[in-house]
Amino acid sequence: MELDIALASAKALKKVIGSISFGILSPQEIRKMSAAEITVPDTYDDDGYPIDGGLMDKRLGVIDPGLRCQTCGAKAGECPGHFGHIELARPVVHVGFAKTIQRVLESTCRECGRIKLTDKEIEEYMKKFELVGDRRKAREKLIKEIHKKAKERMVCPHCGAPQFPIKFERPTIYWELRRDEEGNEYKHRMMPSEVRDRLERVPDKDLPLLGLDPKNARPEWMILTVLPVPPVTMRPSITLESGIRAEDDLTHKLVDIIRINNRLRSNIEAGAPQLIIEDLWDLLQYHVTTYFNNETSGIPPAKHKSGRPLKTLAQRLKGKEGRFRGNLSGKRVNFSARTVISPDPMISINEVGVPIAIAMELTVPEKVTEFNVEKLRKMVLNGPEKYPGANYVIDPEGGRRRIMESNKELLAEQLDVGWTVERHLLDGDIVLFNRQPSLHRMSIMAHRVRVMPYKTFRLNLPVCPSYNADFDGDEMNLHVPQTEEAQAEAKILLEVQNHIISPRYGGPLIAGIQDHISGGYLLTREGAYFTRYEVEQMLMFAGVEVGELPKPDRVENGVELWSGKTIFSLLLPDDLTVWYRNKLCDEPERCEPLERLIEEKLVPDPEEVRKLAYDGFVYIQNGKLLSGAIDKKAYGREDGIILDIMVREYGPERARLFLDQVTKLTIWVITHRGFTTAIDDEDLPEEALDRIKEIIREAEERVRRLIEAYRAGELEPLPGKTLEETLESKIMAVLAESRDNAGKVAERYLGMNNHAVIMAKTGARGKILNITQMAAMLGQQSIRGKRLYRGYNGRVLSHFKKGDLTAKARGFVVNSYKSGLTPQEYFFHAMGGREGLVDTAVRTAQSGYMQRRLINALQDLKVDYDGTVRDPTGIIVQFKYGEDGVDPMKSWGGRTLNVDRIILKTLSKVREGE
Amino acid sequence: MTAKKGFNIFEHELVPEHRILSEEEKRELLKRYKIRLSQLPQMLVSDPAAVALGAKPGDVVEIKRKSKTAGVYFYYRLVVEG
Repeated sequence: MELDIALASAKALKKVIGSISFGILSPQEIRKMSAAEITVPDTYDDDGYPIDGGLMDKRLGVIDPGLRCQTCGAKAGECPGHFGHIELARPVVHVGFAKTIQRVLESTCRECGRIKLTDKEIEEYMKKFELVGDRRKAREKLIKEIHKKAKERMVCPHCGAPQFPIKFERPTIYWELRRDEEGNEYKHRMMPSEVRDRLERVPDKDLPLLGLDPKNARPEWMILTVLPVPPVTMRPSITLESGIRAEDDLTHKLVDIIRINNRLRSNIEAGAPQLIIEDLWDLLQYHVTTYFNNETSGIPPAKHKSGRPLKTLAQRLKGKEGRFRGNLSGKRVNFSARTVISPDPMISINEVGVPIAIAMELTVPEKVTEFNVEKLRKMVLNGPEKYPGANYVIDPEGGRRRIMESNKELLAEQLDVGWTVERHLLDGDIVLFNRQPSLHRMSIMAHRVRVMPYKTFRLNLPVCPSYNADFDGDEMNLHVPQTEEAQAEAKILLEVQNHIISPRYGGPLIAGIQDHISGGYLLTREGAYFTRYEVEQMLMFAGVEVGELPKPDRVENGVELWSGKTIFSLLLPDDLTVWYRNKLCDEPERCEPLERLIEEKLVPDPEEVRKLAYDGFVYIQNGKLLSGAIDKKAYGREDGIILDIMVREYGPERARLFLDQVTKLTIWVITHRGFTTAIDDEDLPEEALDRIKEIIREAEERVRRLIEAYRAGELEPLPGKTLEETLESKIMAVLAESRDNAGKVAERYLGMNNHAVIMAKTGARGKILNITQMAAMLGQQSIRGKRLYRGYNGRVLSHFKKGDLTAKARGFVVNSYKSGLTPQEYFFHAMGGREGLVDTAVRTAQSGYMQRRLINALQDLKVDYDGTVRDPTGIIVQFKYGEDGVDPMKSWGGRTLNVDRIILKTLSKVREGE
Repeated sequence: MTAKKGFNIFEHELVPEHRILSEEEKRELLKRYKIRLSQLPQMLVSDPAAVALGAKPGDVVEIKRKSKTAGVYFYYRLVVEG
């Protein structure tokens, strides 16, 4: 017997799921899959032993340890459980199909069971069904239309029998509104058995028009004559500490059903009056209805003794914590960890620092081979408490054994090829790292493990934007793939370097940020030179391997000096050639001679370039930075040209190395040079402040003149605007201009030695506008793009006169953050600031909802092998993905090719050949 | 054929070229993408373009669109009732 089962299960494992189809169980099927008929409304006897024919019958599987299932012979935990059945004394309606039953009754003839459509209509609708195919919405619409048409037919077109309307009373009662010979209307209650008789008469060929598949869903199966009893494993009883058994809610409900069913049967057999039988019948219907769904509208929910409503079948599936959303779409998993994150600029971007405590809890199964026996034996010997150890071993038979202090020597000795060791995480293991909300695919990436002391996950800064992570207390999750297939897949598809380029805009997403960019500028700007000691230090720090330092660029008083550009060049591939105007370029006329030179000579002499060198124009020739300073356009987010080219032409691995080295190098530079910003960064000389004051005075004067013109009726309205709106827009223009002018003045006095300016101009952090607001003037505050006007009657604050339209009375702040705001200005600023806060709050909520809807609509679409985009049923959405079939991640900013780049590379190859 | 007021929508620069496929072309299209007629994107007969073309339910309309990246892009729609 047992051997047979082993053989059967071995065979069963070889089966593959080809398809899944849903349907309604027929009574025959229910009886066929049943292991036992359940007749006793009880569970256990006084000794706590399952009663035969009761709801805990041993043929339905066992949950008590020690007992064996009488159907399959397996022990508790191994037996999956088996269905039983209850023979109902009278048929009852399945609530889930109550509406469908109504539809079928209304659409079919009460005599012959045919659908109440003429043969011509039937043919027509069949054709339409073919055209609709798998489109659900259109199908449902068509079914509704058929129903409506058939329902209104009061004489059967097939047998000519007169028809009566059906009234459906929720949840499960059907009335027929009959009419006798004299024409008197009367209601007739159709009991489920009568309904079933009528459903049985509907022929198979008419079912497709009612939206039913005759093979899987005969309508009479929607009326239950046999009720399946789920296996005990689905409704286990729990034993409390006090020794009292508590049964599952489903078991309680089934007890009720059997009890009433038995009473109904004995009453029928005893020939009880029809009234009593119908009462019991309705009671049975109530219990079966609540057994399926205890939240059925129209009937009181069945309650537990304590008054708590029972959780029956529908309640198990429904809602956030239900089977679908709570256990299938999302589930709790093993081999995962969560803790606070903190930064570590010294690890690679594709690594993650894992606390040692976590590394000893999470394990990787490693198969023992002759090559790793020794290593794994040592780990087994270390046991679960000493770091590079192991927690379990699995012998070739599949037996799992926990490694403990007491048995580790024995297990280590037994360990041999063919065993598996669940060892601690080691450096280099591949893991998945994730931060919620997982909004895009870069929210889960594969990292290499770096086991570290302390208790936080460590990650390198360039990956922060993709996870949208910072270190103000964020926590992240880590998962350990357990099979070689999963590990390989993670390595190939999910590793960080494969996601440097964002599929959203075809530019780098994982890139240098903030100090990496400021540092890059400080390193490479004109006039930055470093001594031998500094150069050695920074290269060592950045982990750059150079056999020999290049020749020094300058020797001053016998001291050798290297330019930052030369050092930066050491990180670049030898044959990289690019040029571009960067963010610092504010004098295009200084870029032009360089561009002309490059165009003429293609590979110009380096010395010639150096003579013309300008910080705003980057020229890299064969891996040598000859002109220009590094800024956000080099390796920053969204527009890092060098990084972008590196990924595409030298591969993600090279780009990763570059990013690792360049971030470390620039961090060395910025820490050793020192980089701060403070209130004196916004100091402006007296003459500049005077000039700003003059600008403000002028602006106020112009506003005053505008208001006078308005009052005098001399203002000409702009097209499409009222006079008031014209005045407002003119005033706004004047004030905006004055702030820009003040900003320009401030900019003139704050040079590239000012750290705030360096950050703004290189794109590391902030905008010039922020500096203007700090140093020169805050400018006009606004709500919904208008000057402030709400508050008191005709004025914003009580400090002004009613109807005062001047700049200062309507939210124009002439002071800067540095000079300090007046109380009135402070209030204006708070008003404008509040709008910003509300906006961000509303925007995140709205865009989150929009994103959810969009993803729900798009999630099942895929690009097929023929390049078309289709939904799971094969309906075409696009005939070619994105119209051009281009993967945005592998495109050049959305374009298939970068023609300029190809010409350049070909030409320079040709030139070199000459 | 043309809609009321004598306005021809196909003369508008934002309306792409439409054309009804012949039976032969229809068969060829279904064969090329290995699909049934019901798996094509759809358009209503009441769609202004379908009205202007005089398309009937069951027709397949070829739409020649301009694309920034691909030059021309052909789209096909099955005309349905409604």
